[in-house]
Amino acid sequence: MSDGTPTAHEPSLLELERRAYRKRSTWRSVGIAAGSTLIFATVATLLVVNTPGWEAVKESFFNWEIGKESFPDILKGLWLNIQALFFAGIGVAIFGTTLAIVRSLRGPVFFPLRMLATIYVDLFRGVPVLIVLYLVGFGIPALGIFPPLSAAVWGTIAIGLCYSAYVAEVLRAGMEAVNPSQRVAARSLGLTHGKTLRMVVIPQGVRKVIPALMNDFVSMQKDVGLISVLGAVDAIRAAQIDAATTYNFTPYVVAAMLFIAISLPLTRLTDYVAARMNKREQIGGVV
Amino acid sequence: MSVLEVRDVWKAFGDNTVLKGVDLTLEEHDVVVLIGASGSGKSTLLRTINLIERIDDGQLILSGDDISDPGVDMDKVRARIGVVFQQFNLFPHMRVIDNVTLAARKVHGENPAAARERAAELLAKFGLGDKLRDYPDRLSGGQQQRVAIVRAILTNPELLLLDEITSALDPMLVGEVLDLVRGLKDTGSTILMATHEMAFAREVADRVVFMHGGRILEAGSPKDIFDNPQQPETREFLARVTHH
Repeated sequence: MSDGTPTAHEPSLLELERRAYRKRSTWRSVGIAAGSTLIFATVATLLVVNTPGWEAVKESFFNWEIGKESFPDILKGLWLNIQALFFAGIGVAIFGTTLAIVRSLRGPVFFPLRMLATIYVDLFRGVPVLIVLYLVGFGIPALGIFPPLSAAVWGTIAIGLCYSAYVAEVLRAGMEAVNPSQRVAARSLGLTHGKTLRMVVIPQGVRKVIPALMNDFVSMQKDVGLISVLGAVDAIRAAQIDAATTYNFTPYVVAAMLFIAISLPLTRLTDYVAARMNKREQIGGVV
Repeated sequence: MSVLEVRDVWKAFGDNTVLKGVDLTLEEHDVVVLIGASGSGKSTLLRTINLIERIDDGQLILSGDDISDPGVDMDKVRARIGVVFQQFNLFPHMRVIDNVTLAARKVHGENPAAARERAAELLAKFGLGDKLRDYPDRLSGGQQQRVAIVRAILTNPELLLLDEITSALDPMLVGEVLDLVRGLKDTGSTILMATHEMAFAREVADRVVFMHGGRILEAGSPKDIFDNPQQPETREFLARVTHH
């Protein structure tokens, strides 16, 4: 390619022929993709619309009037989800990093801490989020040692506890992927183990797992909807209330649309970042 | 007082004994060059001195301090020794200026602005004055290695360990790195280096040490070692590296 090179090089006839060929095949690919998408969408729509129960389904899931009416309530509920996401995100960043660091500490002094962190991660990765929500949301307040907090707060804490475990594992994988020679170089300068982690290993490790971390964040974005099971009036709970009063499922569809709307920008961004990192690290551009 | 005394140092990795009783002394301003085949123990010796590998027996004395004592603060010892690696090992997420000043700022507690100023001067002196804000992956191998050397010397270490620092460079770039080492010798640095550059060893070394099978087989002035080697292994090694 001639990008950036100041010398003006006239492409040969052979290269021009190759470019023309690539262009033709690109257009052909686009055409095929567009055609197959259109056919698939048409067939899928026809199949769904011609099912015997479609009219009933349309009435109870896609009722425009009910959807419009429930929208403000659900949007208000969504604000609670966004707040929960915000605070859980901060909590996960702090606690998840702490767990990852504790698990990577060496030396016998740290054995109990390391073991605790390992047990924690194993437990929370294994238990379904819903069960953690019930245990934290109903169990901890029942101890009677905490001031009364809203269901949303306990829900946020529960989500944060679960995702800290996931994120800790991702971060640890990233830290282990940093070449050991980086550690040697840092220690040779006289940096302590802690400073080596903080200034050399973690910054490089995090970079390696950014797409995976963003992926977890997208998952968390929808899982904050689960705080509704504790009674917090979030988007899902608001939809549930509207559904119960109208005997119609459309509010759930509205809630779903809103969740998609907030996650879509980040999903796209995740793909973009991952693609860019691949491009930067991969030399073989053809494969 | 000697800068470094290596006394009967032994080191094994599993069944493989890599150092079999090495003795070596460096006085201030000494430039000592380790030569020998790959696997003869040169790199391991350098790594034990920097406390990256723990020795199995013997003693290491740095300016009078027993650094092989288990109670020693290893981070403090490493901060007194500069190391340059074959693969540069610059930190890819830091700009050149931050790479070079990391130890000064975070280990020696130097004022960051002052450290950056000193680093900028030193980098400019070695022809890297326009690279301060670049990330290492934008530099050629020779430039990266010169940055790595500046990183090692910025805190004025008592001893400089250079571990085959030109082995990963293509021949065009070896010269610019060796020029820099020549400059360090002139400013009086105490240097222990492993290298395969025999011409450079002959020119710059006060003493050449030939290692073979984990032992120092022969040591002396460059003239002695290169022109009149006493041991058959030395002769064989020199014949191989100088005629190919």
